[in-house]
Amino acid sequence: MAERTPLHPEHVAAGARMVVFGGWDMPVYYASALNEHHAVRRGWGIFDVSHMTVVDISGEGARDYLRRLLANDVARLREPGHGLYSCMLNEAGGVVDDLITYWSGGDRYRVIVNAATRDKDLAWMRAAAAGAPVSITHRAGVVMIAVQGPAARSGVAALLPPAVGERALALRPFHSLEADGTFIARTGYTGEDGFEIVTAAAAGIDLWRRLVAAGATPCGLGARDTLRLEAGLNLYGQDMDETTSPLVSGLGWTVALDPADRGFIGRPALEHERAAPRRQAFTGVLLEDRGVMRHGMRVVTSAGDGLITSGGFAPTLDRSIGLARVPHGAGPEASVEIRGTLKAARLVRPPFVRHGRNLLADAAATAATPPAKPTPESHQP
Amino acid sequence: MSEIPADLSYTREHEWVRTEADGSVVVGISDHAQAQLGELVYVELPEVGRVVEAGAALAVVESTKAASDVYAPVSGSVVAVNEALNAGPELVNGSPYGDGWLVRLKPSAPATGLLDAAAYTQLVADESH
Repeated sequence: MAERTPLHPEHVAAGARMVVFGGWDMPVYYASALNEHHAVRRGWGIFDVSHMTVVDISGEGARDYLRRLLANDVARLREPGHGLYSCMLNEAGGVVDDLITYWSGGDRYRVIVNAATRDKDLAWMRAAAAGAPVSITHRAGVVMIAVQGPAARSGVAALLPPAVGERALALRPFHSLEADGTFIARTGYTGEDGFEIVTAAAAGIDLWRRLVAAGATPCGLGARDTLRLEAGLNLYGQDMDETTSPLVSGLGWTVALDPADRGFIGRPALEHERAAPRRQAFTGVLLEDRGVMRHGMRVVTSAGDGLITSGGFAPTLDRSIGLARVPHGAGPEASVEIRGTLKAARLVRPPFVRHGRNLLADAAATAATPPAKPTPESHQP
Repeated sequence: MSEIPADLSYTREHEWVRTEADGSVVVGISDHAQAQLGELVYVELPEVGRVVEAGAALAVVESTKAASDVYAPVSGSVVAVNEALNAGPELVNGSPYGDGWLVRLKPSAPATGLLDAAAYTQLVADESH
């Protein structure tokens, strides 16, 4: 029997098409995944992401523990509320999961990891903490709602007590606050501005209903996937896993090798990988022919073959885009094998869409200047 | 409840078949099939003139989430495809039995094993349990 979030009855009552994802019975769309996608690009949408795993870490050893556990460095968190995207690596430098860590102040941190990896992550985190003065608490049963889109922040603020709403609007990207047991972070997984909100089940159900009443569009996992793909954001289990390092997954920017004396799990393997000649690169792919690229399809380049790690239809661009791992030096011309036929494609730098803008069109308009890499502010598991 | 017109024939793979006065057959996917797939974003149609065996892949319909094969309900050659789907794959969702038709075939042998509307209604009911 699949697990259910506290918002499950809301989805069923709204007529959502439900699917089991990562062991959870979740909405894939309500009426139209395409309309939900556009609602987030143009207005605001809400996602039930309560299946994600909230873990609170505290104790006098918490900071040292996280500096050893994560490939990014929590010492970069300069003030309470600030968050940091990171990979959690195994000894071979493979990605156990990707996550966000927020510093709650003092010796308290909040870590949000993926849904499908929950049991593995908790076991890994507990094993890594053996003997350290830290306590690891899984906050099960809470509601987590992502509110995303150009109208999201003002829409949420209007539903909060005025003082809290003012603080929420003042949050910088990747910063969070906590008020009356509700956690609000200015993060997301869509390439749009917005908040991710964690609160108790009853308060979360109430908030969901008030968001719907205020005009936010409920969105399912279908739109979540097309939005994150357009934003060039990786999906754990597709774009990276325990057999791939962040260096070949487009996530090298999240690995903090400075200071050199910070030993973290996987560091020796990454240093070894960095010292060797580069063999693979991670890239965006734009299909120039008609068709839809999917995970696992072969990418043919002048430097050899690669694989589509995430592929799909991009509603904002009205064509297929993907992420791929290809031989170093490949591109930009390439082709993708779709059901036995080679289709013309181009290797491009993600993201494809950010803040409602088609970055590929923008880049073409400004003499093929490549779009910027995703910033930490845009990145979230 | 999905629409299942009484004057069409169906396959177990959820294609519908309509035999025209000139003996050609028009093929599409059922209302039930389009609802299960969700919004289509791409339809791959065969080349006109292609010869297919009954049961072989004839076309591919892709939603935001997945690609699904459409099988030839009868052996024959492709005499026409619905070019409007290149620009508007969503026609299949909006009008699966009308503007969302996929392929017209000229059969080389009589169709076998097709279901009438009553049998297909039963099949859909059985599959939803």
